[in-house]
Amino acid sequence: MIRRAALATALFAFAALPALADGPIRIEIRNQAFAPAEIHVPAGVKVQLLIVNDDDLPAEFESTDLSREIVVPGHREVKLFIGPLDPGRYRFFNDFHQQSEGWVIVDAK
Amino acid sequence: MLATAIIVFREVIEAALIIAIVMGASRGIAGRGRWVGAGIGLGLAGAALVAAFADAITGAFEGNGQALLNAGVLLAAVGMLTWHNVWMSSHGRELAAEVRSVGHAVQTGNKPLTALMVITLVAVMREGSEVVLFLWAIGTGGSDGSMLLGGLAGLAAGVAVGTLMYFGLLGIPLRHFFKVTGWLVLLIAAGLAAQAAGFLNQAGLLPALGTSLWDSSRLLDQASTAGKMLHTLIGYTARPSGIQILFYLGTVVLILALMRWASRRHDGAARPA
Repeated sequence: MIRRAALATALFAFAALPALADGPIRIEIRNQAFAPAEIHVPAGVKVQLLIVNDDDLPAEFESTDLSREIVVPGHREVKLFIGPLDPGRYRFFNDFHQQSEGWVIVDAK
Repeated sequence: MLATAIIVFREVIEAALIIAIVMGASRGIAGRGRWVGAGIGLGLAGAALVAAFADAITGAFEGNGQALLNAGVLLAAVGMLTWHNVWMSSHGRELAAEVRSVGHAVQTGNKPLTALMVITLVAVMREGSEVVLFLWAIGTGGSDGSMLLGGLAGLAAGVAVGTLMYFGLLGIPLRHFFKVTGWLVLLIAAGLAAQAAGFLNQAGLLPALGTSLWDSSRLLDQASTAGKMLHTLIGYTARPSGIQILFYLGTVVLILALMRWASRRHDGAARPA
């Protein structure tokens, strides 16, 4: 009984905290394109992205859906936060090579 | 070549629109051309520096260097636009009267001119550094002269749109002229403040307060050229976050309050007691 109450309290405390996904989600840029080109993130959670550019060329990770833009120089990595997001699809693209796009997909809980 | 031209055009037009409005808003002030010119020159130098040190900037402040630099220069520009509007709210009427009667430029001292220079510098530096990085990105991919030609065509087209905008503004009757440019400056400032909020949120320094408070991307895609132009002019954002809206409205209210205060104080001082 006590254990159950403690568990419930712990769960409640956890739910009340602003949720943060564990560890950044990695997206690589190869030949100016994103890999993976689709990532899934949970709804209502602040998520950190790690963008790793494997090319010699600079890229710009940009998303008007997410109001994000950050230059990723060649052989460098950058981190940025997104969310908490509502379920839906959010497009991002490489502003220096606009054919290259990807999606952040937020699944309903 | 066409793809290059379009991308360069889309970057240049953002700076060109801001410069056109700044030139319009400072109509009748002596020496504004020189100061705006200096802003363009310094902005180009700044763009080259930012592009050259992109690596170092990216690594600075635990990886938040870019976001902080962007937020910093955007907020500096917001400060300068505010200063300009506040100054104009106490001097605008005299300026309009003098432009009408004397027809020549008015000496005002260097104060509002410094603001014009900084705004121009920030606009050119931000868009310019992206153009430099972009041209480098496609240039090293092995390209002939067509890339340079595309870049130049994009630049020329962007400058042409800015020039059209400027002469379009001059068509506004003088009676309403500074009121219109004042509103344009106000909305640009609010949009830049919202962008700064976006960068601070991206770095994890400000809460989002709700993402995608609305979604008008089907109505007008923010990544389209028209969407981008409206983004520059009035801060159009297809899927804004709560913090962006807060910064936008906060800036509008703050600038209007300061303008009213300056205008009252000026009227009070002008009236003999």
